[in-house]
Amino acid sequence: MLDSKIPAGSLEKKWTDYKGHCKLVNPANKRKLEIIVVGTGLAGASAAASLGELGYKVKAFCFQDSPRRAHSIAAQGGINAAKNYQNDGDSVYRLFYDTIKGGDYRSREANVHRLAEVSVNIIDQCVAQGVPFAREYGGLLNNRSFGGTQVKRTFYAAGQTGQQLLIGAYQALERQVALGNVKMYSRHEMLEVVVIDGKARGIIARDLINGNLERHFGHAVLLCTGGYGNVFYLSTNAMGCNVTAAWKAHKNGAYFANPCFTQIHPTCIPVTGDHQSKLTLMSESLRNDGRIWVPKKQNDTRKANDIPEEERDYFLERRYPAFGNLVPRDVASRAAKERCDAGYGVGTTRQAVFLDFRFNLINKYGRAEASKQGIADPDEGTLIALGKEVVKEEYGNLFDMYEKITGENPYEVPMRIYPAVHYTMGGLWVDYELMTNIPGLYSLGEANFSDHGANRLGASALMQGLADGYFVIPYTIGNYLADEIAVKPILTSHEAFETAEKKVNERISTLMNIKGSQTVESFHKRLGKIMWEKCGMARNAQGLQEAIKEIQQLKKEFWSDLRIPGGTNEINPELDKAGRVADFIELGELMCIDALQRNESCGGHFREEYQTPDGEAQRRDDQFMYVSAWELKGEHQWELHKEELKYEEVKPTQRSYK
Amino acid sequence: MESRSYMEHYSMNLTLKVWKQKNADSRGNFETYQVKDISSEMSFLEMFDVLNEQLIREGKEPIAFDHDCREGICGMCSMYINGRPHGPWHGTTTCQLHMRAFKDGDTIVVEPWRANAFPVLKDLVVDRAAFDRIIQAGGYISVNTGVSVDGNTIPIERENSEKAFAAAACIGCGACVAACKNSSAMLFVAAKVSHLALLPQGDVERKTRVLGMVAQMDKEGFGSCTFTQACEAVCPKEISVMNISRLNKEYLLAGLSSEK
Repeated sequence: MLDSKIPAGSLEKKWTDYKGHCKLVNPANKRKLEIIVVGTGLAGASAAASLGELGYKVKAFCFQDSPRRAHSIAAQGGINAAKNYQNDGDSVYRLFYDTIKGGDYRSREANVHRLAEVSVNIIDQCVAQGVPFAREYGGLLNNRSFGGTQVKRTFYAAGQTGQQLLIGAYQALERQVALGNVKMYSRHEMLEVVVIDGKARGIIARDLINGNLERHFGHAVLLCTGGYGNVFYLSTNAMGCNVTAAWKAHKNGAYFANPCFTQIHPTCIPVTGDHQSKLTLMSESLRNDGRIWVPKKQNDTRKANDIPEEERDYFLERRYPAFGNLVPRDVASRAAKERCDAGYGVGTTRQAVFLDFRFNLINKYGRAEASKQGIADPDEGTLIALGKEVVKEEYGNLFDMYEKITGENPYEVPMRIYPAVHYTMGGLWVDYELMTNIPGLYSLGEANFSDHGANRLGASALMQGLADGYFVIPYTIGNYLADEIAVKPILTSHEAFETAEKKVNERISTLMNIKGSQTVESFHKRLGKIMWEKCGMARNAQGLQEAIKEIQQLKKEFWSDLRIPGGTNEINPELDKAGRVADFIELGELMCIDALQRNESCGGHFREEYQTPDGEAQRRDDQFMYVSAWELKGEHQWELHKEELKYEEVKPTQRSYK
Repeated sequence: MESRSYMEHYSMNLTLKVWKQKNADSRGNFETYQVKDISSEMSFLEMFDVLNEQLIREGKEPIAFDHDCREGICGMCSMYINGRPHGPWHGTTTCQLHMRAFKDGDTIVVEPWRANAFPVLKDLVVDRAAFDRIIQAGGYISVNTGVSVDGNTIPIERENSEKAFAAAACIGCGACVAACKNSSAMLFVAAKVSHLALLPQGDVERKTRVLGMVAQMDKEGFGSCTFTQACEAVCPKEISVMNISRLNKEYLLAGLSSEK
């Protein structure tokens, strides 16, 4: 049975009570306890730094050349916190409620409430670290709005919020490195979890420069390794993002929860051709000021600026008058897909919609500036010029990035955007303490499944990563390690380490010795195509069944016809990638199985068979009000464990943003 | 950067001269490669992907290069293209450089960052751990995780906040070092010193920070700054050399008033 270990008591008191009663480890004992942190994004860096500060002996690992490069750095728009600085009615309860509703009632109330509670501490912590958040002229912190909410609670640093937060966490981490509390292993990849007597006790890591395998002991292991969006090949993730660490945990018995819950982000730069290696997000914050539209006429080939106002269909504003362009991501994405599938798409591929800033450039920013400068009756040209300056401050880097990629100037012509894979709500199953079902093995941030249900709201990923690392794990890990103080560090000559290393070695040599004819990249592309077409924005039973067969076939082909150049004991990016793609193939199969099993639509999981008459996701709470936690039983075989979701505070209803 | 309202796309054939080096201990040399039918819509790294796929199919060794986010923010990509870090576009990382910067028949020379403090590990991959060690020497504010004062109890003048942000935008790619004839890391260090010195939260440690970071910079073997401003010219985040002036001021003040 899955025990989520949710504390008893009323929702708003659970976390406080937990902190008041969890076991503690005294400072002298902390120094004897070793913790391994894999991944140095927001969750990993904040956890490693905080645990180092507490006095634990921490080892942190990342595959990049520096912990500062983890993909949290690319988050653009912002981070939510229930500060209510804007006096617009925000509260911990509202942030909690919006997140539960945004997740389409498939997340745990207790986790989400804790997230909303600690959100306010995150902002204070980051300010203390020197994170340069945007400020008002009076010197106070500024906020913007984000999708799925009607208050302004998002803190930001231009379009580089993730970068600034990560640098804050990175600096805290490097400070602990300097103090000797954390030992950092860059250009290292975790390739196996070592489990001894049922508890996680270490990892096997590979040095990506010389290929050597290393054994590392830890009293506990934290996987903070991000999401698996790259299973689709094309996504907004960094090239190196992978599921390997989480997958190794899964293969050692850790349950993988809700793998099919994928977030397709509505505003990304469209695909241009087969050469495409990744997709680039345009922050959701742009939907504050950009209006999304397509021509009212099908297959309209006119340029955007030549299409008159009355011939434009602002389809989000039309369908969802209450939230308009700020509906949650899953809703916005599906609406864009619907228009494109119906023949209203724009651009050469017809797989794009417009995101147009002109209206607010003139009417919102232009007029405000003109008024400030005392310009009476400004003409349109003046308004545009004035508005541009303000927009530049808010989103300048995003507009520049768009122009570099597309060669088009978004101050002059509307952006063309299309949905792309961005985030994965699914991940390793964890309990309230962020521990997987393997004692001593934790998962934080995007790598776990816990807080976003079937759809994540914008500006909540940064919040969750930092909540887990700064404010949750320092308490919950103590509750486990308090009982481990008598455990002496296990020598890495222990047979469990021996066996684990041997397994890794054999797998690498198997991969190297296939000596087939097809490249890793070509397999990855084919997997991505299957996933995108059959397990993407819309899914149906037939497509998923086909996908499962195709993926199984692809796996056979991969293991019999793969070609990896170069050697094992040198820098060999093709070998690194091969291991990751091998894991993605197995994950892809599980995602399709999960999507097939969940006979309902909810959040980002849209099963075509289950929709309301007006095309919205149709949940089936009577049958699917649970977390699907999958246990690996053998090749192509998984067993489903269900964690029932109990809503004590919020009453699940059909989500409506109309 | 070339930009129009609507782009015309074209394809091109190119000659590439790329630095190949087996590992840190061996000597390197330029290899010449031909690539065909490269679309002007590709990114520079996607062109390298095409080349590498071609090399693997031919049974040859692909070119190793660092890259990750491919959206200009992680700072991992680092190619010295036609004599300029990150290539011809201003304020752009290698991954954001697109092939419309080139035309059919061009020859492109690609080298790794060259600096004693950044040893080549393989081909175009260099070791930039020296930057991490400089941050370890003081590039932070010493606050532990815990209950901090409410964020709005520290009002910050918007102008200073924006200057701090502009300095904090540094992605630690090392282009400044690669562009400098002395391989100086002054712009990198100046950006971090400025970011923290411009904020009230960073005031307490401003002296120890600047002295510690500069000492570490020297220890790592980076050269001296002769203020040619080559660093600013190639910085993908357009970090201003004004930060170097601020670093010098901070360093002087800290040195003069130090009681150690």
